[in-house]
Amino acid sequence: MNNSTILKSKTFNILLICAFFLTIGAFPAKAFSQDKASGQKEEKFDPGKTTMEHIADKHEWHLFGEVMVPLPIIVYTDKGFELFSSAHLQPQGTVYKGEYYNYMLVNNKLKVADEAGKIDEAANKKVWDFSITQNVAGMWLSGLILIFIFLNVSSAYKKRVGKAPKGLQSFLEPVVLFIRDDVARPNIGLKADRFMPLLLTIFFFILINNLFGMIPFFPGGYNLTGNIAVTLTLAVVIFIVVNINGNKYYWKHIFLPDVPFWILPIMWIVEIIGIFSKPGALMIRLFANMAAGHIVVLSLISLIFIFNSVWISPVSVAFAVFIDIIEVLVVFLQAYVFTMLSSLFIGMAVEEHHHEVI
Amino acid sequence: MAGSYGPIGAGLAAIGAGIGIGQIGGKAVEAIARQPEAISKIQTNMIIAAALVEGVALFAVVVALL
Repeated sequence: MNNSTILKSKTFNILLICAFFLTIGAFPAKAFSQDKASGQKEEKFDPGKTTMEHIADKHEWHLFGEVMVPLPIIVYTDKGFELFSSAHLQPQGTVYKGEYYNYMLVNNKLKVADEAGKIDEAANKKVWDFSITQNVAGMWLSGLILIFIFLNVSSAYKKRVGKAPKGLQSFLEPVVLFIRDDVARPNIGLKADRFMPLLLTIFFFILINNLFGMIPFFPGGYNLTGNIAVTLTLAVVIFIVVNINGNKYYWKHIFLPDVPFWILPIMWIVEIIGIFSKPGALMIRLFANMAAGHIVVLSLISLIFIFNSVWISPVSVAFAVFIDIIEVLVVFLQAYVFTMLSSLFIGMAVEEHHHEVI
Repeated sequence: MAGSYGPIGAGLAAIGAGIGIGQIGGKAVEAIARQPEAISKIQTNMIIAAALVEGVALFAVVVALL
């Protein structure tokens, strides 16, 4: 058997995928061990706190291991703008004397403190934090990648009019057609093409950010869709689109449904709660799926540190790899479910009236 | 007993998710056995329904965490 048949065999592919996941699975352990090494006294390992630290937002970007890129801190206080690098605030607890206030990082959140390090609560409210945190920088990165990919593909379509798709086009075309034919058109009907840009943006934005959240080193390492503020924004977008595009029949179904008149007040309460709870469910579903997946993987790795023995690591890493593989399925599924439910809600809003045949 | 009841809530949510998705999976497999040529449609619908049920269970987990 010569070399090329070995490379093409199925076993090799499976082993390659396993090796990839094993490499990924080893990284969180390395990131944790930095925390233990830097403390002078042996503090007891607190898995809850460390896990939450790893999935929360930070003011610097962890590239790999110890290497961190400090990100700028932009603060709008009631006295004016302030801009400085977060390197001044490392390690946590250092007080930095800014132009108007003194700043300190508490639990990776920016707080106003006086020189001795006591937090000044009243001043905190006057200070608005617009910093470029890890999540913001990551979102810009994934946005740039998305723009790059789609500009490439659209220019390729313009150049190769009428010819078969080639390269990146042939990878994206089935996905885009899938969203148009199986998600948008069945749910929205005739006006589907108007909403296709929105649905495609939502699908690929969520997909790329979910995928980057799975990679623990640069260019991944930021957990964007596990941040409830981001999913809240996506849900607000859907809320606005649905309610602005709602036609007469949509509002009629909400305020004057076909029920006996004495049920009407209850129906109003239920329907108005429904207007808010449908995007709310979208938000929580995406956030909880992503955050819970990351928490499970981090907890499995932190088992190694709880047991304080190196022999548990094969078991722990094997579990973590298994959960990681399921997470990839969840990543694609959640992007699809978000898009499908959005198209369903938009479809309900723009639906034309059909007479009820009894 | 002292302490928070969050983990108990999360465990109950897991029971709910298990029962729900188990039912979905069981009925889907029965449907495939009855009509094997519809396997891809049944599979798609099963995955969608499972994602929605899992969403509800995760709402409970999020509330349990807080």
